[in-house]
Amino acid sequence: MSRKKKKLTHEIIMYVVLVGFGILMIYPLIWMFFASFKTNQEIYGGIGLLPESFSWESYVNGWNAIGGNTYATFFKNSFMLVVPTTLLTVVASMFVAYGFARFDFKGKKVLFTLLLSTLMLPNAILIIPRYSIFRSLNVLDSYWPFYLMSAFACYPFFTYMIIQFLRGIPNELDESAYIDGCNTFKTFTHILLPLLKPALFSAGLFQFLWTYNDYFNSLIYVNTVTKYTVSMALRLSLDAESVVIWKNVMAMSCVAVLPVVILFFLCQKYFVDGIATTGLKG
Amino acid sequence: MKKSIISNRNNKAFFYLAPWIIGMLLLQIYPFIKSFYYSLTNYNAMSDPTFIGFSNYVTLFTKDNEFRKSLWATVQYAVFTVPCKIIMSLLIAILLNKGRKGIGILRTIYYLPSLFGGSIAVAILWKVLFMDNGMINAMLNSIGISTISFFGDPKTALPTLSSLEVWQFGSSMVMFLAALKQVPASLYEAAEIDGSGKIKSFFSITIPQISPIIFFCIIMQTINALQNFTSAFVITQGGPVKSTYMLGLKLYNDGFLYWKMGYASATSWIIFLLVLVFTLVLFGTSKYWVFYGDES
Repeated sequence: MSRKKKKLTHEIIMYVVLVGFGILMIYPLIWMFFASFKTNQEIYGGIGLLPESFSWESYVNGWNAIGGNTYATFFKNSFMLVVPTTLLTVVASMFVAYGFARFDFKGKKVLFTLLLSTLMLPNAILIIPRYSIFRSLNVLDSYWPFYLMSAFACYPFFTYMIIQFLRGIPNELDESAYIDGCNTFKTFTHILLPLLKPALFSAGLFQFLWTYNDYFNSLIYVNTVTKYTVSMALRLSLDAESVVIWKNVMAMSCVAVLPVVILFFLCQKYFVDGIATTGLKG
Repeated sequence: MKKSIISNRNNKAFFYLAPWIIGMLLLQIYPFIKSFYYSLTNYNAMSDPTFIGFSNYVTLFTKDNEFRKSLWATVQYAVFTVPCKIIMSLLIAILLNKGRKGIGILRTIYYLPSLFGGSIAVAILWKVLFMDNGMINAMLNSIGISTISFFGDPKTALPTLSSLEVWQFGSSMVMFLAALKQVPASLYEAAEIDGSGKIKSFFSITIPQISPIIFFCIIMQTINALQNFTSAFVITQGGPVKSTYMLGLKLYNDGFLYWKMGYASATSWIIFLLVLVFTLVLFGTSKYWVFYGDES
């Protein structure tokens, strides 16, 4: 009995710790939402979570903030950058992964080692030469650097992720299709592609998320305000006025993270599975 | 006959690999070599680079005081951030792994911050939360602690930036949770029969069993931490007194603000060498603590 009681107290303490810490973790995000209704006076030195009054004014003002461009433009830009990049990444990585996972060819070991080494190659070391390359191709200040990098499968993380997933699918399936006269392309699209869907979906989600959140690369490649992404616009809003009206900035920060949050709640399973498979089999 | 079909088939791999081979050569290997070449030149992106040997590196190490601060800040940032993030995610993953009720919601809550990665929105949020008259200081004041100038004091600025990244421990936590599920229950049962306590079995079973994942997370996070840019750029711009002027930020300022691209390339090679040294050291230690399945 006393042992049972002790166990129960232990459990309760654990819950209190986990829940308490969990609240601490999301408190900044909740605070961000409520701060979008607070005046600067309320934000400075204020402890309370709830604002004195609710009005969507900050959302309207924030949305129209920067020199004649609204966030409608920036969202459109972000999606123009992120959606094609994501789709191209998934398609390109999936074919490369197929090449690695299902064929035995000369030099496979060397190429695979190269793939793994590029996985660890820091972006910092490539950025200046890439900038020069894209300048000589005349594609700076557009989203083409992103499109090109994804179309040529320059995001080895996803290739690697899909290779790992393909290795988990039995060879016999596609071998028998091949012996039956399906060519390699048809084998892939008819047999493997349906099975690969969850992995492709996970890869797409992460590429969407990372490209959407990315700031450094867009800062380097894009420089006209009308082509700015949401992240770049947010950064700009800090400099736009001499006194920052925080609630406008907080309002747009909330709007900026909204697509990510919605996507997460719609596809939670894929996030978790995606992370688990990439890490585990590595 | 069958063999020739297969080998014929195998050559078709290059059809699928071609885009990647082109991309890898032109957008990864070539830039990699080129950046080393640039680091030996004087290059302003407008005119052709002029070769100057190793002088950029000599300048970095002997004349540029900023660089020493930058290097130190970068190393400190990585050494502080990565272990904190790993320990935090491991701890929470273990607590969540007990099949308690409501775990799903808790897991979601802990995972949520990591969705925002290097996003500007959360960097701005940190800036507002930790400003001198921000919410954190208001809370500290209310319990009798005087205001801490988080981003104004060189001692606290870097740890505060680091806290933003530690806050996003969720994705490694999910990886650890998945790994913990794979640990066979029979191992713990055997340990219990042998009379090992919980703490002992944690160190002799749990840690070794999931060590490959821990290793993978440490490597990836170290590579990221050594290149950190966004939070320093948005929140502190490298200040105060260059205490958060990490190499990623220096690279950007030198290269894309002052257009000293040769010099910035030398900095980028220092980042690369740091990454290399850290990964090699980690790989070197791995044989002492990372265990792969079939060894048991």
